[in-house]
Amino acid sequence: MEQSSNNTILEVKNLKKYFPITKGFLRRTAGHVKAVDNISLKIKKGETLGLVGESGCGKTTVGRCILRVYDPTDGEIRFQGQDIVKLPYNKNRALRRKIQLIFQDPYGSLDPRQSAGSIVGEAIKIHKICDNKQTHKKRVEELFTLVGLDPEMASRFPHEFSGGQRQRIGIARALSCDPVFIVCDEPFSALDVSIQAQIINLLQDLQQKLGLTYLMIAHDLSVVRHISDNVAIMYLGHIVEIADWREIYERPLMPYTQALLSAVPIPDPIVEKKRERIILEGDVPSPINPPSGCPFHPRCWKAAPDCSKEIPELREISPNHLVACIRV
Amino acid sequence: MSEADLETWPEQGQNKRVSEFQRFLRVMFGRWLVIFGTFVIVLTVFVALFAPQLAPYNPNKVNLREMIEPPSAKHLLGTDEMGRDLLSRVIYGSRIAVSVGIVVVCIAGVIGMSLGLIAGYFGGWIGTMIMRFMDALMSLPPLVLMLAIAVMLGGGIAKVYVALGIAFMPTYCRLMCGEILSIKENDYVMAANVIGAGHIRVMFSHLVPNAFPPLFVMITLDLGFAILAEASLSFLGIGINPPTATWGAMINSGQQYLLTNPLLSIVPGVAIVLLVLAFNLVGDGLRDALDPRLRGKI
Repeated sequence: MEQSSNNTILEVKNLKKYFPITKGFLRRTAGHVKAVDNISLKIKKGETLGLVGESGCGKTTVGRCILRVYDPTDGEIRFQGQDIVKLPYNKNRALRRKIQLIFQDPYGSLDPRQSAGSIVGEAIKIHKICDNKQTHKKRVEELFTLVGLDPEMASRFPHEFSGGQRQRIGIARALSCDPVFIVCDEPFSALDVSIQAQIINLLQDLQQKLGLTYLMIAHDLSVVRHISDNVAIMYLGHIVEIADWREIYERPLMPYTQALLSAVPIPDPIVEKKRERIILEGDVPSPINPPSGCPFHPRCWKAAPDCSKEIPELREISPNHLVACIRV
Repeated sequence: MSEADLETWPEQGQNKRVSEFQRFLRVMFGRWLVIFGTFVIVLTVFVALFAPQLAPYNPNKVNLREMIEPPSAKHLLGTDEMGRDLLSRVIYGSRIAVSVGIVVVCIAGVIGMSLGLIAGYFGGWIGTMIMRFMDALMSLPPLVLMLAIAVMLGGGIAKVYVALGIAFMPTYCRLMCGEILSIKENDYVMAANVIGAGHIRVMFSHLVPNAFPPLFVMITLDLGFAILAEASLSFLGIGINPPTATWGAMINSGQQYLLTNPLLSIVPGVAIVLLVLAFNLVGDGLRDALDPRLRGKI
């Protein structure tokens, strides 16, 4: 996965985020939830990295660390060559504006007391992108058209829009900062299927037009397959496999990935009947007290005694295909 | 962007779009009780402003030859135990009532809400300290607290404002803090952070507007309760010094003559009831009218 560094827009190195669990009156720390434990990834300009995993595996936390909503416990996040973890808040404000977020819930993510126009225009005001009211209004109208909304509706309030339209407003707000990198935190999961397709197409159109790079956090594997260039599979705070989407879907190597993919239904009843499912036993271990060694070994049908000894590193098995499993 | 054009906009249908202000007026004044409340408040404020012109006599002029007279053409509501004109005193009393309501709510609201905003938004030890202090204030019965502060500060109308302001402050602080705590968890607050909004902008353009409706209702209700509290203090003889006409003190001095001339207590009593009721009705109307779910509809 070695690329020339000027092509890499975002690089995460050994990122850790532990949430302390406090106990009692004096709030002493009784332990940590290891939401993200030592993950590294690289995203090239103009690409989409799909980040997949089940609920609670730390996908969202990774996204929020990159957005600097959370302070990482440890590790580096290099955006356009600069480590944004170390930069102080005010200095990297201009830089951080280039990283934006699209939310999962199109209802909670829009301020009910602001009109759609002022939601989209807020960032323009904050960063003083437009110098007068006329250009400000024009820019907001532009953004509305860009995401497929009628600029006439700028004066309306969020509750007057449907879910898909609200998601478009959310996208317009993210675009208003002229971002180059967008973290999409399950932007489709709250929408019904027909609207999902529209929003997916919209995001792909925007990627082409504006040269955006996406980190697509999702749990719907069929959507990820459609939109991603590379896919990273997360399990219990670790990345267990990264490859381009064709590799992942056609030649999954990590047992967890195989189990995950076997859960995807096939939209053909005859093939679907023959589909072999790998049913995992047990539950996801608690991130407060993760198993030693490979996080997946207690549920893995290929586990060997060595699996519980050391946390396996991501190894390059074939070009662009990294797996964290000693049994591969 | 052909896919985008496929999306159809939900028709507004019969719900014609109206401006925000029009809709506010319609909901607000759609019920006669709210109209009545507004009328009473406007009338009281008008009377308070033009008391010197409206009152037939000097409210403090003692006339011992005309003590406790029943209503007559000379004194429309009769006179009290010092021979002072009751109507004039009720008219002048409205000045105290209106000013107490406004000033007390301003003091309590501004200080309480600011502290609540800070406590809720920043949390940490600052928040804990503010909220524990408010809890301490709240643990005392409000009347006892008001009495204690009023006695401590001594008499005079300014001291009454301060005493009532402090006594009314904790509820604002708590309500604001609670609202902020729940609102700041919303995704749109995170969105504001991500687009680069600072603390001040997040607080005043996202948190406060969303937290305000219940506070606004409380402000209107408290305008009434502050008047009531001032009346209680005056009734107990603490606070505003005697010759000044206040409704509470008038009820108090009138109760000795309840059998001979009940009007002495009843008239200021009715005035208090009407004004407090009016603030309550308007508060209810405002709550409905400010409901964001009704935006853009009639």
